[in-house]
Amino acid sequence: MKKNKSENEKKSVSISPKKLRWLYSSMYRIRRFEETMLEQTFKGNAMGVTHPSDGQEAGPVGICAHLTDKDWIGSTHRGHGHCIAKGLETNRMMAEIMGRSTGQCHGKGGSMHIADFSKGMLGANAIVGASIPLAVGAALTSKYKNNEKKSVAVAFFGDGATSQGVLHESMNLSSIWKLPVIFACENNGYAEATPSWYAVSTDDIASRAEGYGIPGLQVDGMDVFSVYDAAEQAVKRARSGEGPTFLEIKTYRYHGHFHADDPKKYRKQEEEDYFKSKDCLISFEERVTESGLMTSEDLNEIRNEIEEEIKKATDFALTSPMPDHDELYKDVYVEYSNSLLGLR
Amino acid sequence: MSVISVIEAVRKTIFMEMKRDKKIFILGEDVASRGGVFLATDGLLEEFGDQRVIDTPLAESSICGVAIGAAVNGMRPIAEIQFADFVWPAINQIVGEASKIRYGTFGKKKCPITIRIPYGGGVRGGLYHSQSIEVLFAHTPGLKVIAPATPYDAAGLLRSSIRNDDPVVFLEHKKTYRLVKGEVPDNDYSIPLGKAEVKKVGNDITVITYGLMLHYVLQAAEECKHFGINVEVLDLRCLRPIDSETIVQSVNKTGRALIVQEDTRAISVSSEVAAIIAEDCFFDLDAPIKRLTPIEIPPMPFSPIQEAEYMPSKIKIVKSIRELLEI
Ligand SMILES: Cc1ncc(C[n+]2csc(CCOP(=O)(O)OP(=O)(O)O)c2C)c(N)n1
Ligand SMILES: [Mg+2]
Repeated sequence: MKKNKSENEKKSVSISPKKLRWLYSSMYRIRRFEETMLEQTFKGNAMGVTHPSDGQEAGPVGICAHLTDKDWIGSTHRGHGHCIAKGLETNRMMAEIMGRSTGQCHGKGGSMHIADFSKGMLGANAIVGASIPLAVGAALTSKYKNNEKKSVAVAFFGDGATSQGVLHESMNLSSIWKLPVIFACENNGYAEATPSWYAVSTDDIASRAEGYGIPGLQVDGMDVFSVYDAAEQAVKRARSGEGPTFLEIKTYRYHGHFHADDPKKYRKQEEEDYFKSKDCLISFEERVTESGLMTSEDLNEIRNEIEEEIKKATDFALTSPMPDHDELYKDVYVEYSNSLLGLR
Repeated sequence: MSVISVIEAVRKTIFMEMKRDKKIFILGEDVASRGGVFLATDGLLEEFGDQRVIDTPLAESSICGVAIGAAVNGMRPIAEIQFADFVWPAINQIVGEASKIRYGTFGKKKCPITIRIPYGGGVRGGLYHSQSIEVLFAHTPGLKVIAPATPYDAAGLLRSSIRNDDPVVFLEHKKTYRLVKGEVPDNDYSIPLGKAEVKKVGNDITVITYGLMLHYVLQAAEECKHFGINVEVLDLRCLRPIDSETIVQSVNKTGRALIVQEDTRAISVSSEVAAIIAEDCFFDLDAPIKRLTPIEIPPMPFSPIQEAEYMPSKIKIVKSIRELLEI
């Protein structure tokens, strides 16, 4: 079931210029969004805990490249990359992280809860494993409605989440029901400080899929083209009603588990250096310029556009008002009353 | 005697207990080499080794289930759940299994586990890092539920919990961890489970509370002196069993009761306390029982203004006390 990289490399040339642009700008957008978010966190403007995903951008981007707003994704605590790859607006995301009324959840959610159903984004999710069956449920709906171009659902989760029972339940039932799901396991080697070599009983997580009758592939998550190609097959399979696919995306988070975590306490510098040498942005730049698909001016232009966008997003967030007092009471129920709120 | 924080009191107590009893071991996510997300188990791996301080995969249901299985087999496990908000996958094991073991085996088996759970908000944790989860456990016969607020009580009650032969859910308010410091004896004193404590003697009104709120209530009681109000502050410390005797004694003396909690109101600890007072203090009450709690919204919104709005505070407590006394 596994593909090697050289096979992928040959295929990638066929990606359209527009798509190539999208891949690069999305990865760069994620990188700069999170770097800026961290600056704002340390300045005290973005509150609470944020989990940066820098290093992992190729995973969500390579997968979401094949999705439309009608397709669904379920995300994790490390969800900014998923959000951006699924097309969420960075200004509203930044506002949400700063607890402002203009955020996707009006400041009620924060970094770990950003959701936008209009974009098929079911939500970041602070509970490890909890979003997996939600994505499967979206896929079940798609099958039920049996629309022509079947919507698919992607469940993003980490290596740590593979220890949660709910993943295994979800894999089993989506296999017997042949649901259009992609299980996207972003294996960055760690769950907080716990290394996956310790906590996960195999170094080939993708092989677990076999036990559920699901094809599983290991993909180089530092290379967006590898992810892109593997996801293309998986999405095709899902849309044509053949059922789920499991992608293990081998990747790395450059930062600690959350903004203030020091990863040096539990992992080696050499490891970090190795993955940084394979950085998804740098390898993309080399690849497209060497093969003449894009020029360094093209790339430069994209980067400038993104810088501008992120700057605007930050200003937007910083100048947005905090939520109104009344917002506190809203949306507990679809229709609410004083008695439901415990008010007399 | 030394002045230490709540988290240090927890760590020190676990250390001392593990020295004393080889049947005690710890398991949880990142408890060993990392020393726990809040560093409650920092340094224990070095002292006791990886047979007794065990990092687990990310699987709360199994952490608790395995602990229960070991406890039934003669061990005395201490399980750690990183945040209360992550305990739900383990409910089947704690509420469904642990609570029923003694009863269901006609007293032949016991289940001496301690499940340590940091809970509570006011830390910008948002919807999934701030929850109060005590009610579900406190509602369950067969479990004991402890919620200390000071380093002294944390150490004394944790020691009793570990030594207790029944399953104990031990709730540590994460905001008190480093914020609250106090004197803790160096010896292995213990505090009996199920005893509330009057933390400040007064005679105008009894304010009943637990956890982080104790500290806000004590501050409010100080401030109330300016209004000539002498507040009695009662810290429940244990939510199951709940110490109705101390509650009734105090309220019968003062004639007024305010219950302050961080959890939402309906079907909560405050409901139980209010019922106890209504049943046993009826003829000594000078005013209706009053409760200060957040409103019925999912705990708790992320935005700082909303979080502050949600949480009871010193100002809100003073206001409630004055309303009750009409001062
Ligand atoms: C049910 C549950 N248990 C524990 C946690 C605390 N926690 C948050 S992220 C995390 C590690 C997750 O690891 P992984 O799934 O590999 O994702 P990564 O952080 O590497 O992206 C843990 C233990 C949680 N949020 N939810
Ligand atoms: Mg991981």
